[in-house]
Amino acid sequence: MVDVQLTHRAVLPEELVAKVEIEKLDLWFDGVQVLKGITCTIPEKAVTAIMGPSGCGKSTLLRAMNRLHDLTPGCRIRGKIRLDEMNIFESGTDVYELRRRVGMVFQRPNPFPKSVFENVAYGLKIHGRPGRAELDQAVEKALRDANLWDEVKDKLHRSALDLSGGQQQRLCIARALAVEPEVLLLDEPASALDPISTAKLEELIEELQSSYTVIIVTHNLQQAARVSHYTAFLMLGELVEFGVTDEVFTAPSDQRTENYLRGIFG
Amino acid sequence: MKPRRIREIFWFSLSGLCVAIVVGMLGLVIGFIVVKGASVISWEFLSEMPRNAMTEGGIWPAILGTLLLSLGAIAFALPLGLFAAIYLVEYSRDGKLRRWIRIGVNSLSGVPSVVFGLFGLALFVNFLGFGACLLAGSLTLGLMVLPTIIRATEEALKSIPMSFREASLALGATRWHTTVRVVLPAAVSQILTGVILAVGRAAGETAPIMFTAAVFFTKRLPTGLASKIMALPYHIYALMTEGTHPAEQISMAYGTALVLLMLVLLVNGAAIFFRIRARKGKKW
Repeated sequence: MVDVQLTHRAVLPEELVAKVEIEKLDLWFDGVQVLKGITCTIPEKAVTAIMGPSGCGKSTLLRAMNRLHDLTPGCRIRGKIRLDEMNIFESGTDVYELRRRVGMVFQRPNPFPKSVFENVAYGLKIHGRPGRAELDQAVEKALRDANLWDEVKDKLHRSALDLSGGQQQRLCIARALAVEPEVLLLDEPASALDPISTAKLEELIEELQSSYTVIIVTHNLQQAARVSHYTAFLMLGELVEFGVTDEVFTAPSDQRTENYLRGIFG
Repeated sequence: MKPRRIREIFWFSLSGLCVAIVVGMLGLVIGFIVVKGASVISWEFLSEMPRNAMTEGGIWPAILGTLLLSLGAIAFALPLGLFAAIYLVEYSRDGKLRRWIRIGVNSLSGVPSVVFGLFGLALFVNFLGFGACLLAGSLTLGLMVLPTIIRATEEALKSIPMSFREASLALGATRWHTTVRVVLPAAVSQILTGVILAVGRAAGETAPIMFTAAVFFTKRLPTGLASKIMALPYHIYALMTEGTHPAEQISMAYGTALVLLMLVLLVNGAAIFFRIRARKGKKW
């Protein structure tokens, strides 16, 4: 078994409520099936890691949850994803409201070429016309929640592109938090960061878990073990295993998971 | 010396020579116009009406006419081109349709300017009944620079990374909001560069305005969109081919050419300024 540190993460939140339910999800890009019959339930206010070898469809699964595939020509989806009982693929779904409720942070930090302040305020301005004081307050709160306030409070009106990579990524989290989402999708958020920035980010994820449903895609086993309560293991578009992180890592029920954890492939 | 070394020197010198010729020609053109035209340049030449059958006075109406025509062309072509490019880059999903539109736009940019002139004459002057005037000329010029503007805007929009759009859309923004608040602000310097170059091109064209707007001489400055106007390139053409005092007119023509040249160089200078600014702001 791979040497992973299992910490207090093994302790589960007391009450489990289903937040996102994925049901028989199939997804094709230009006729090539990328996701095959994925079914699982992601609990509220916990961290769920999706791991698996490159190209297994983990990012694709994540991007289905806020319907970002709508923009990809040639993408076909069958099955359901329910957010609090509401099927997000139903024709009546307000996709803009869905994306407000389901925030996303990408693999590479992608702040807008605007000031730090404007980056965080952006989402708030889309979803309403907040007053100046209200905006100041909300931006500060989001930056504090993202553990970034102390580092940027004196340069709020400087370009976000002047920040370090780790700061940019936490800014992207603050930007997502500002619109008060319920679910936070993190697509390999630490893959472009150095170890210290990664540690800060993981610390942040731990704090976020008490208020948000966090779903993190990672190909880093240690990271999945460190930050998550639940782990989904994906291979070649199939959900091989889903369960409490502790159990998935110590006693996987599927041979493929065990092989992956031992580093036999992937 | 080894043959390889000799070959190297030969090709190196040859390409260097070609550069020298190109730069020399450019210098020669500018120098020639400056030498021939500088003698008539004066404040009076720039600010007054022509007098005595074009042999005295200035070219102010032609300068004003060219400025107005260029502005009019941009006022027409910029919104049209901008929105067309936004549609092509940000909205259209159908690759096939987009390819056909692109082929159409590219073909349009290959159409000779005199053909645009004839088209403008048929459509704006005659069919729509505008007559030869500032409006008809501006529309014709605008049509001519439209492909340039669409292409420049398309390139500018395409150079903005997808990740900006994704970030915006993932926050719940519409595509329009994303375009207006994220993509366009990031692309504006580059778009401006293209637009300014298009203005420069519109300012220098003779053929599209020959039948649609320009006259050799008017007593009055333009008062509105329906006015017939004078314009620098057409003024040069007219001075060289029409009129009653060919000898005196030639020096006036070179003076006019110098003014037009300076105007276009100035406009291109502005384009270079914006290009540098665009490059400086780009850190992604």
